[in-house]
Amino acid sequence: MITEQAVVLSSEKLSEGIFSMWLETAVAGNAMPGQFAGLYPGREDTLLQRPISICEIDKKAGAIRLVYRVAGKGTDWLSRCASGDSFRILGPCGNGFDTKKAEGLSLLVGGGIGVPPMLELGKALADAGKEFKFVLGYRNSDMFLYEDFAKVSGEENILIATDDGSAGVHGTVVDAITSSGLKAGTVFACGPMPMLRALKGYASQAGIKAWISLEERMACGVGACLGCVCRTVNKDEHSMVNNARVCVEGPVFDAEDVDI
Amino acid sequence: MNTSVNIAGVEFKNPVMTASGTFGSGMEYGSFVDLNKLGAVVTKGVASVPWEGNPTIRVTETASGMLNAIGLQNPGIEVFRKRDLKFLEDFDTRVIVNVCGKSEEEYLEVVRVLGEEKRVDMLEINVSCPNVKEGAIAFGQNAKALFSITEKIKKEAKQPVIMKLSPNVTDITEMARAAEAAGADAISLINTITGMKIDVNRKSFVLANRTGGLSGPAIKPVAVRMVYQCVQAVKIPIIGMGGIANAEDALEFILAGATGVAVGMMNFHDPMTTLKVIKGIEEYMERTGCSDIKELIGAVR
Repeated sequence: MITEQAVVLSSEKLSEGIFSMWLETAVAGNAMPGQFAGLYPGREDTLLQRPISICEIDKKAGAIRLVYRVAGKGTDWLSRCASGDSFRILGPCGNGFDTKKAEGLSLLVGGGIGVPPMLELGKALADAGKEFKFVLGYRNSDMFLYEDFAKVSGEENILIATDDGSAGVHGTVVDAITSSGLKAGTVFACGPMPMLRALKGYASQAGIKAWISLEERMACGVGACLGCVCRTVNKDEHSMVNNARVCVEGPVFDAEDVDI
Repeated sequence: MNTSVNIAGVEFKNPVMTASGTFGSGMEYGSFVDLNKLGAVVTKGVASVPWEGNPTIRVTETASGMLNAIGLQNPGIEVFRKRDLKFLEDFDTRVIVNVCGKSEEEYLEVVRVLGEEKRVDMLEINVSCPNVKEGAIAFGQNAKALFSITEKIKKEAKQPVIMKLSPNVTDITEMARAAEAAGADAISLINTITGMKIDVNRKSFVLANRTGGLSGPAIKPVAVRMVYQCVQAVKIPIIGMGGIANAEDALEFILAGATGVAVGMMNFHDPMTTLKVIKGIEEYMERTGCSDIKELIGAVR
């Protein structure tokens, strides 16, 4: 993990409140799918890092892509950055998805702002020659990153669920999976807690592993402050209580190990 | 140039330390900071048994600061000795262990165990955490209770004792005097200031604990004022902290009379803050022709 000035290569708005940014940074060197980077907005009143999941990694160019939702002052500042601007970054943080854990058909499930990290995971699984499909949940037919996903898997390997039914299955990502009749071997997921809970239930019933990426309010991003813990089923080896640090032991957990 | 300071007979290579709870035991920051360069590592509070801490949300950002209500989650003294103190054996820095408890007996138990540990140079007693319901702050907001626990700890302690004071009192000098009268070797201040943040969209408290401790640059002027007041009130050395972001901030505390200074929340903003503070103090001394940092301690009266 390093901290350094990252330089904005490009920045664009993908959808209402959703922005994409390519950054030139040495963080790309060791980054893996499912890890995140902490971005420090260049303001004196917003001092904590903004943990953003890594959407794509270009090791050759030494660059990473981050797709994020503007949620407050810090992310608003980031969204106003243009090519050539720079700010400090911390990363790569967290454990990330382990592609070696993919067995049989992997379903890469992203919901809302949990969609972006599935892109790099898909690329990594494709490189590893593993079988996978994307399952993406959006509010409506404004499906940011859809074309990027289609390039990795082909449109025929993307299932869509929308809250309003304006595209794909009208309902949740689990509805989309069950109605497809697909027999999954592994689930990788990132998204809102109700979605992750539903997927934990789905995987448990199907007798398969679900690797879920959790989100929690975070301060340090390196495991020191104990701000971002999640409840664990068993006693955690580091904390000696039923709490694991999302920023270090996570953000990706075996769904069976966490009490969500 | 001499940057070393002496606190209760313990020599520090420089006055810059980490504030308890913001640096773990140094392990997590090892890839960013050469711990050998620090005056001291002050570890996160440790109790006699593991503590779960509070439910999440535990942290939230505020203007130039943050609120936390971790609730002193810690692995307990046994794991702390075997893992954290063992890790610190390899470094040439002072080790100050922050001790917490829910009852007098719990504090004393940890103090006794640490008495056997050669790696521990000093103890810092946390009687000022605003985020746990029992113990802790109950001892730190009442001068008589503070006197009583300080006296008991001093009887058992093998290392010099620092009492960490809460700013959430009417008159912090009363607390400083009580700690001194009971035999404390030093005091450190300030712990966080109790605060609250409300989420207007959810119409609820942001923190699960409702209230949390405010830290960061937002609280620095309050901290400098309290350190200055305590310097006038007691003779024992003082470790000052509260929003230190750079050397100038640290020098404010030193000029106000602090012998040591600690970097807290700003470790989260930039893991290298402590090193930048140390370098900046040296540059300031060089620039102002100061050959010994002791000339600066309490220079503003």
